[in-house]
Amino acid sequence: MTKKSAAIGNEAPGMAPTIIGTRPVRPDGIDKVTGRARFGADVNLPGSLVGAVFRSPHAHARILNIDISKAQALPGVKAIITAEDLPVISEDMALINNQPPDFRDLSANVLARGKVLYEGHAIAAIAAIDEQTAHQALLLIDVEYAVLQHVVDLHQAMEPDAPLLHEHLITKGITPAPKKPSNIASRYEQVHGDVEAGFAGADIVISEEFTTQPVHQAYIEPHACMAQVAADGQTDIWCSSQGQFMVRAYCARLLDMPLSKIRVIPLEIGGGFGGKTTVYLEPLAVLLARKSGKPVRMQMNRSEVFKATGPTSGTFISLKIGARKDGTLVAAQGILCYQAGAFPGSPVRLGCMTAFAPYNIPNVKLIGYDVVVNRPKSAAYRAPGAPMASFAAECLIDMLAQKLEMDPVALRLLNAADDGTQTAYGVTFKHIGYRQTLEAARQHPHYSAPLGPNQGRGVASGFWFNIGGPSSAAININEDGTAVVTTGNPDIGGSRAAMAMMAAETLGIPYDRVQVLIGNTNAVSYSDLTGGSRVTFAVGMAVTQAAQAVIEDMKRRAALLWSVEPAEVEWLTGNAVLVAEQKQLSLADIAGQAARTGGPIAAQANINAQGAGPGFATHICDVEVDPETGHVKVLRYTAVQDVGKAIHPSYVEGQMQGGVAQGIGWALNEAYLYDENGRMLNPGFLDYRVPVASDLPMIDTVLVEVPNPRHPFGVKGVGEVPIIPPLGAVANAVARATGVRLFDLPMSPPSVHKAIKKAARRRR
Amino acid sequence: MEYCAPETLAEVCAALSNADGPVRVLAGGTDLLARFASGMPRPSMLVDIKKLAPARVIRQLPDGSFEIGAACPGIHIRADKLLGKYWPGLSEAMDLIGSVQIQGRATLGGNLCNASPAADAVPALIAARAHCRIVSVAGQREVPVEEVIISPGRTCLRQDEFIVSFILPARASRSADAYLRMTPRTEMDIAIAGVAVNLTLDDSGVITDSHVALGAVGPVPVFAVAASRILLGSSLDEEVLQRFRRQVSVMCRPISDKRSTAEYRTDVTAVLAARAARIAYDRAAADIAS
Ligand SMILES: Cc1cc2nc3c(=O)[nH]c(=O)nc-3n(C[C@H](O)[C@H](O)[C@H](O)COP(=O)(O)OP(=O)(O)OC[C@H]3O[C@@H](n4cnc5c(N)ncnc54)[C@H](O)[C@@H]3O)c2cc1C
Repeated sequence: MTKKSAAIGNEAPGMAPTIIGTRPVRPDGIDKVTGRARFGADVNLPGSLVGAVFRSPHAHARILNIDISKAQALPGVKAIITAEDLPVISEDMALINNQPPDFRDLSANVLARGKVLYEGHAIAAIAAIDEQTAHQALLLIDVEYAVLQHVVDLHQAMEPDAPLLHEHLITKGITPAPKKPSNIASRYEQVHGDVEAGFAGADIVISEEFTTQPVHQAYIEPHACMAQVAADGQTDIWCSSQGQFMVRAYCARLLDMPLSKIRVIPLEIGGGFGGKTTVYLEPLAVLLARKSGKPVRMQMNRSEVFKATGPTSGTFISLKIGARKDGTLVAAQGILCYQAGAFPGSPVRLGCMTAFAPYNIPNVKLIGYDVVVNRPKSAAYRAPGAPMASFAAECLIDMLAQKLEMDPVALRLLNAADDGTQTAYGVTFKHIGYRQTLEAARQHPHYSAPLGPNQGRGVASGFWFNIGGPSSAAININEDGTAVVTTGNPDIGGSRAAMAMMAAETLGIPYDRVQVLIGNTNAVSYSDLTGGSRVTFAVGMAVTQAAQAVIEDMKRRAALLWSVEPAEVEWLTGNAVLVAEQKQLSLADIAGQAARTGGPIAAQANINAQGAGPGFATHICDVEVDPETGHVKVLRYTAVQDVGKAIHPSYVEGQMQGGVAQGIGWALNEAYLYDENGRMLNPGFLDYRVPVASDLPMIDTVLVEVPNPRHPFGVKGVGEVPIIPPLGAVANAVARATGVRLFDLPMSPPSVHKAIKKAARRRR
Repeated sequence: MEYCAPETLAEVCAALSNADGPVRVLAGGTDLLARFASGMPRPSMLVDIKKLAPARVIRQLPDGSFEIGAACPGIHIRADKLLGKYWPGLSEAMDLIGSVQIQGRATLGGNLCNASPAADAVPALIAARAHCRIVSVAGQREVPVEEVIISPGRTCLRQDEFIVSFILPARASRSADAYLRMTPRTEMDIAIAGVAVNLTLDDSGVITDSHVALGAVGPVPVFAVAASRILLGSSLDEEVLQRFRRQVSVMCRPISDKRSTAEYRTDVTAVLAARAARIAYDRAAADIAS
């Protein structure tokens, strides 16, 4: 039920796109399936050393002394670094453009300074001639600790007498500022309308408390990099990340180096999901390479990935909604507490902003707390902050529907945000397709399919902002008329294909005549990292503009060859056409004669893309719950999403299916388990249970296309929304299958079993 | 660490007994290599038995019993239709191990000798009354499977011994087995609970022989004789099943760990026991019909 949207952005008015919306093979596909593609650990340089990280066994401790002498004496060890080797970052250098991250925190995260704040916190790094020597050397590092009381639990961390992670942390966002330090890094308040008045007008009020666990992005490729420092200090970093310019900027700031001294060469990335929007190993590899004079390769193992890299926040959320008897929502209020991990900076604000964004609610007041705990610093994970808040909100909406005996989609339709709705966080929506996702869900055969015993159907919606931002693209036209598009954004979800398609569509040449490269930081202009569902939108806009500039140049050159005015030349499906004289020159013809018209043909577009279109989704989930074991089986799943315009529908569907798979894992099984010393018990995929293929049904997708007029082809971001609704959809399905509602994730078999048993006892 | 892959029984026995220093048998390696990777000390000699023909056979002997080579990969066990007809529960238990990739390597011998309380094929072997043929330079002995694991990670085998094959007894007519396990995920997971039931019925559907084994609810797999006796003489009616469930619960001595609470393990084992008994019973009864 993919809707056909009107052709926009095609050069010739009225012409339907021929490439956009088709499903060609991705340019990087063959390299990836044949193993030729190079990922983070695949670079080899002659004489390179192997780096390894010494990590804290304690969740919280003061470092009294680090003795590296024995390790240093081991033959084959070429360099050892600790926080001493990192420049101290002054307060005025802590932020770039007043934006997070705080580089003092990032510095202390990549190598602990004075204190370790979680098990796995890096303390030192070693470069040695081979892996065995490096690991032997790790055992020879001797650190003396004063072990401190630790706190991994969110509630305990917020208690006044909790062990303090940062002795000088004063809660921001409270006036007057508290005098005493605490683990609450900041308070955020979002007020819209008048909640007291709103609740006074409510016939029904529902209020509940929810908890969600931190979950890891669980990319398959562990963090890996190679660094080389030339005699003049010129530094090269090969790594897999979500942004080579991010790596360059972060390393430059952490190591107090000019940007120009660092070149970052992006490699293929085996999954990031937000988790590779920061650095861990790269600055260490540079320091080790500098100190040893040799290239240094570093790679985490899975246990290090779990213990030392960012999951997203675990949360405690207390929410209340008020509605009139007819289902109209009148007020929403709540408190959201998010674990930031060891350093401030959870996405609690985004949680507050997104929780109720799909609904037109006149009065909303949400308060968010950002709380530090002795766990790895949280990192972005697909739609950071939104899935947890949405889980709580969508459960309440479902409970309201049950109370009112209303169809849950009808209740959402009644309250759906539309064009012109002012959100609680301030923005007024334009060109949104939320209502369309609800209508499509309601009409989908899944929604009316019969259910068997112990089965239940859950519905949930979700919202994500999507962003634009600084973006670049360059197009070079080869002598044979083929085109090379270069961008500065790692391809995580098939963006090479999307870029090639937009370039080909605009230029009017076949898809397979366009090649896409991802340039290193010296080869292409700056571009923000791959994240925020921005690449197809923002970088796609730059590619389209660069292609349009190529066309203008082509027309000018054709005019030169024909000795006419450029204005007389038109561009039609890859040809310069002089309508009056019925002459035409193909792109290849013009490219072949480039020398006669001014030399090589190329164009570049550097933009700050504005006008990103918000994304909405509505998901339907059927589960069957084994009443005797508590095991939840997802039987059927349909994800409906407004995607603006699907450039390559397969990759859009892939984004949706991937987000749903991750959301289902979050809902059902994923959790960090700690022992009483704050050490992680399950730092591997055996006991940190992401779903396997056989756990999931075929995830059905419905692309609703409400085009974004601010993008040449109507694109809205699609990568993040799909992870938002699954938590609520699964929870609502479980509640309807069992008659028992769970407010805490994950809904693993033991916890569902317990809840069913408890409810049965209560009924007796 | 040295490696050899002998092709005759005599050579395997010699390799195991002549080694100076620790020696280990390697079958599929799906347990062993993972242990090496997580830091287990390596032996000085690794004796791969995958090239040993007698450890690779699956055959029915003239008396109706089956011999399964200890180094047969799961995929061959699952593919053997005749074995699956007589021992559907064992075949299923083996098939549950790992994934397609793991099935290409994992063996019954490795599953038993890894000596995990949660091994899937072991309860099925015990309920089947399987024996293993243990061989060394000193000769051969036969040991019932339930006597092999003595504590988590330890077996009764001497360093110079290895299991060449398993013998499943001849099947009476109207008998069948079943194995069920509980894992949060559908595959690539470790059983929180596992139950094997092996039943024989008479012409009127009364249970005349019954064997039950439980996994993951004690330090070693539990041969639940007292529970299996409850089923004898019954036709698996509701009241008997209830008593059976209760007895199974009593025989569970699980731990609480990161995978599950003891309470959940016990509850679920009882549920699975009743379900496995029902499946085994229906399979055996279908034999009556035929
Ligand atoms: C991803 C994954 C998933 C898994 N899933 C499951 C599962 O679902 N259920 C389950 O039960 N297990 C599972 N396992 C564990 C493992 O696959 C099984 O236990 C398998 O049966 C081991 O067989 P193997 O041939 O690979 O053993 P190996 O690793 O070769 O050997 C295991 C141990 O037994 C010894 N040994 C092997 N054969 C003999 C012999 N003939 N005589 C004497 N000693 C011997 C070895 O020396 C070693 O100590 C899984 C493992 C992995 C890696």
